Amino acid sequence: MAFTFAAFCYMLALLLTAALIFFAIWHIIAFDELKTDYKNPIDQCNTLNPLVLPEYLIHFFFCVMFLCAAEWLTLFLNLPLLAYHVWRYTSRPVMSCPGLYDPTTIMNADILAYCQKEGWCKLAFYLLSFFYYLYGMIYVLVSS
Amino acid sequence: MSAPGRTNLRGSVGYSQNSTPNGGAAPPCQNGPLQTYPPMYPPTGYYGAPPHHQGYPGVSAPGKAPVTNSANYYQSNQQHHVAPSSYSAGPPPQPYATVPSSAPPPPPPHAQYSQQPFQQPPYAPPGSYYAQQPYQVSPAQLHQQPGLVAAPASGPGAPIYPSAPGSGHYGTTRTTTAPEATQMGAPLHHYSAAPPPPTAALHPGYEAAAQMTVNGKGCAAGVQNSSHQHYDQSHPAPRSYNSYSGGGADRPASGTLSASAHSSPGRHQGTPFGFAADSGASSASAAASGPAGALTSSSSDDDDEDEDEEAGGDSSSSSTGSASPVPNNYDSLEGGSYPDSMPPSNDMTNQAQPYSNYGYQGMPPAYQQGPAQPTDAPPSQNLYGPSGYQPYSQPFPSLSQLSAALGGLSGVPELEVEALRPVNLLQERNLLPPRPLEAPEPDISSDLKKVNCSPQTFRCTLTSMPQTQALLNKARLPLGLLLHPFRDLQLPVITSNTIVRCRSCRTYINPFVTFLDQRRWKCNLCYRVNDVPDEFMYNPVTRSYGEPHKRPEVQNSTVEFIASSDYMLRPPQPAVYLFVLDVSHNAVEAGYLKRFCDSLLENLDKIPGDTRTRVGFLTFDSTVHFYNLTEGLSQPQMLVVSDIDDVFIPSHDSLMVNLKESRELVKELLTSLPAMFSQSRETHSALGPALQAAFKLMSPTGGRVSVFQTQLPTLGAGKLQSREDPNQRSSAKGVQHLGPATDFYKKLALDCSGQQIGVDLFLLSSQYADLASLACIAKYSAGSVFYYPSFHHVHNPAQMEKFRRDLERYLTRKIGFEAVMRIRCTKGLSIHTFHGNFFVRSTDLLSLANVNPDSAFAVQMSIDDSLADSSLACFQAALLYTSSKGKRRIRVHTLCLPVVSQLSDVFAGADVQAITCLLANMAIDRSISCSLSDARDAVVNAAVDFASAYRSSVSNLQQSGLVVPAVMRLFPLYVLALLKQKALRTGTSTRLDERVFAMCEFKTQPLPQLMRMLHPDLYRLDNMSDQGALHLNDAVVPQPRLLHLSAETLSRDGAFLMDCGSVFYLWIGKGCGETFIRDVLGCPSYASVPSNMSHIPELQTPLSERVRAFLDWLQDNRAFSSTFHVVKDDSSAKAAFLQHLVEDRTESASSYHDFLQHVHQQMSK
Repeated sequence: MAFTFAAFCYMLALLLTAALIFFAIWHIIAFDELKTDYKNPIDQCNTLNPLVLPEYLIHFFFCVMFLCAAEWLTLFLNLPLLAYHVWRYTSRPVMSCPGLYDPTTIMNADILAYCQKEGWCKLAFYLLSFFYYLYGMIYVLVSS
Repeated sequence: MSAPGRTNLRGSVGYSQNSTPNGGAAPPCQNGPLQTYPPMYPPTGYYGAPPHHQGYPGVSAPGKAPVTNSANYYQSNQQHHVAPSSYSAGPPPQPYATVPSSAPPPPPPHAQYSQQPFQQPPYAPPGSYYAQQPYQVSPAQLHQQPGLVAAPASGPGAPIYPSAPGSGHYGTTRTTTAPEATQMGAPLHHYSAAPPPPTAALHPGYEAAAQMTVNGKGCAAGVQNSSHQHYDQSHPAPRSYNSYSGGGADRPASGTLSASAHSSPGRHQGTPFGFAADSGASSASAAASGPAGALTSSSSDDDDEDEDEEAGGDSSSSSTGSASPVPNNYDSLEGGSYPDSMPPSNDMTNQAQPYSNYGYQGMPPAYQQGPAQPTDAPPSQNLYGPSGYQPYSQPFPSLSQLSAALGGLSGVPELEVEALRPVNLLQERNLLPPRPLEAPEPDISSDLKKVNCSPQTFRCTLTSMPQTQALLNKARLPLGLLLHPFRDLQLPVITSNTIVRCRSCRTYINPFVTFLDQRRWKCNLCYRVNDVPDEFMYNPVTRSYGEPHKRPEVQNSTVEFIASSDYMLRPPQPAVYLFVLDVSHNAVEAGYLKRFCDSLLENLDKIPGDTRTRVGFLTFDSTVHFYNLTEGLSQPQMLVVSDIDDVFIPSHDSLMVNLKESRELVKELLTSLPAMFSQSRETHSALGPALQAAFKLMSPTGGRVSVFQTQLPTLGAGKLQSREDPNQRSSAKGVQHLGPATDFYKKLALDCSGQQIGVDLFLLSSQYADLASLACIAKYSAGSVFYYPSFHHVHNPAQMEKFRRDLERYLTRKIGFEAVMRIRCTKGLSIHTFHGNFFVRSTDLLSLANVNPDSAFAVQMSIDDSLADSSLACFQAALLYTSSKGKRRIRVHTLCLPVVSQLSDVFAGADVQAITCLLANMAIDRSISCSLSDARDAVVNAAVDFASAYRSSVSNLQQSGLVVPAVMRLFPLYVLALLKQKALRTGTSTRLDERVFAMCEFKTQPLPQLMRMLHPDLYRLDNMSDQGALHLNDAVVPQPRLLHLSAETLSRDGAFLMDCGSVFYLWIGKGCGETFIRDVLGCPSYASVPSNMSHIPELQTPLSERVRAFLDWLQDNRAFSSTFHVVKDDSSAKAAFLQHLVEDRTESASSYHDFLQHVHQQMSK
């Protein structure tokens, strides 16, 4: 049992994924608030938009870590989400500040539903990957 | 664009016929060999039509009311004011009271009224009471709605209502009777608040006039009562006359207050009966007796005036009121509403002749003798022929005949059968109705129909609401609403301390709620049971207690409340107007400034507002200039801010000044402004900073900013680059840059919206100015966009004229400030997407910094839960705004539709025009968010999906080919027309700005205007006959037939008028008769007609008078006046005309026939 770089990656990913889970929950709540008319879309977009890039960067960051640690399977599992993030950010509406959400279109039922579904899917993904990283960390620790 | 009801993305099936290789081969817009319809569509053309084809000799020309402006209204009122004496001599007050035919008015309300001290002896007996009757009588005209204490309340006798027991001030008033008022709000002041003695003199006039209206309408009810006939002109006049005279006694029936909602005879909510009756009455009586005839016809005048006032609103603009009321009305004269466009309607069911009652029942021989003779033409020509039905139904024995038989025997509404009659589009060519389509009516009980909201205000794509989303999906039609909420109209205004609303969903009380007992009502949207407040028990109209269901709120589906301070976040703002003017070299070259200043000077007194009205001016080139106009200065002071990176306001209180106090300075500024910059050499434009300055200037108050821009902004924040590649204009590949280049304008617009500032953009540019980006400033602040491509004061007089007219309307039209609109719908329905100019603040709330009477909205809906437990679905749009007089008001529209569970009922209730417009909105969204080709595919697929859905729903349909129900028979044509619009076309050279502007128009124009843009109305003018013509005041307005938009219908020896909504084209064929050219155009010969003629000279020839009467009539019912172009067959301007012939093949788009083939192929895939 040794503390390898891979194990370190998994531990880091574990912590960061916990953070990402909170991001996802935050998104879901935020969109639910929009749907139930609690918040003004401008305010809501202003609070959500700054969180988008950090989330993507965190995910990108531990993907790179896994690349460095040559954890191919883990990397492979994360690639679809990474690709999705890249696609999502490149196809964002024209806006001068970072972020994805445009207050003028966010109230469109299609977009709102999409964002909510996206939030739930991400939450599920992060939760699963949380346990996977936990398992991976222990596996790496035990096997090495 | 993905409405739940449609799956519109069918991969990339595309619309491949677009770019057929022989594009260049056949001359554009000519149906060459491809159009092979000879057998069914004789080349002479159905419409090539000898003059007879429109003959309806039965009733030669019913006296029809004028669509005139308020001046006439006023006059005719005055006439009436004399008239009643002779008229009402016949039926004195008693008869009015005696025959409440179907009305059970518990306490005859007039009795209560007559107890009131009205001192108007000459006119009083019926007048004082009946004056308000029109509004009760005609629930049909929704907005001239019942129940309001109008003139009488404020008449000389009774200035203000006494307080209701236990309540505060109940003043209800209505504005209809005050044509002299310039604002909706005005009458309130005039009558209710402080009835000034001078107006008292007028009242008798109004009331008398109103009384006449009653008569007109009473007889309308009478007609319907007695015969249930769908009146058209071919009906024998005597019948309607009889019923008219008989109707005299019936008047009170529908006239009484109590009767208004639920008891008067089933009358169409639309206008047909009312007007039909009017016309019948007037023509009949005209025939019978001279003076009486004149009298009655003027009574129908009045009737129309009501309608028109409703459209016109302000007296200053009533002639240019909102677009559509009148055509609909006149349609009824013209031979009825088109059966297929109407949903099943009980009114029709009593008819004995199942088929022939449509349209041309008693069709005079002249009509049948037209070239479109059923006998020598294939069945397809018979659509409107009297004997046409049988031949049609033969190919489809299974469905149509069976159901028709059923309809005849067992009372299935024939209209439904007619609406569902399968039409094989590949065989039938003659689809157009002779007059523009009317909105279908929901199939609800006649009581509800009468109080239902006008289709001009509120229209649903499916007038029969499917019960479940699954059913909607099966129908493959988009579900949505088209709203025109702030339309110029007359409506009851209600002042009350408590505005009764549902406690859980906050719905305003409306005619469709149910009263469980005297003290409780059940909300029709959320079904909660609410208490009726004490105050509501008192009815100010009848001044009786304990009749909550007779309150005006419950009698009218369109009402306006004067809101209390609960509805204010801050004190109502004054009317504040800021004009932001481009004065760069380019602007000076274009020369708009002079025109603008002149227009503003002319209309300075007509700008809506009160004593608090404030104005300001701001000009910009590479710097921003402010104008200090404080009262007391000897001349305006110009303050220049050259720091455009950080604009500041040089002086806070002197830049926006009170118009009243500083009028002279404002005038001086406007006079000197054009000269001030005439030497300007500054080519840059700092629009962004100027807008920021405007925002800062306006944020304390809110208001309206009008921006005039002539070029691409090149300096400071929000500067833009040219994105258009002229070589790509006609590329079929896909159009780039339909979205904004920067979000600067959008963010600024949102800031503006937050501060209640609406921004209207006038773009007068000859070059590309990136409207896609600039329009955002108006789009999200609920403004409007005006675009004048290649504007130049000398080189382009047509645009200049258009600009002048638009400005006049723009400056004087009504305006609402700090508005929000909420749309509520029955539980189970939800709003999916909004279309229009606004900011969506929450799922059902639109934030409108400014609201104007010319913009419309569209809403897509979805069905979340089954509506099975209710038989009616309701929608309520409530618009809360501050009027220009500083009154907070709430305008509430409620629409009620039946819920159906059968697919066939859904189809029968489809409103093809509304569907097309909603589809257009969805397509525009799609083309911006995805791509143009995607949007086009989706539009085509909408047609394909619908046809497939219909085919699969009708299992026993033997017919192969492209079969659609008759109500939707124009759908493929409209879809094709949509694809050929500037907004969505490909392959034809279209400037990016023009395309984007067309898209903006689609999003904001009201439906009638949109339909004219989409599918212009084409008429032949040189052989107009007087048959079927309308008689307005002293003018005869001929009613030529609607023609297909195809080169086939044009003939060299004719003159054709195309009405494209904002522009008229008069196409003159090479061989056009000398008489027409001489009498109408005032030129000796075809060759001498100038190529840029843009008006019709006022010649005194009969033909000229008729043509002008027709043009004026068309013009009268739209908000912005249209420009006019004479297009010679050999002129270069011909292309502009020919591009609207949507049924023809062009280089880049297929013909209607090809399109149908394409749809058919797609269906079979």
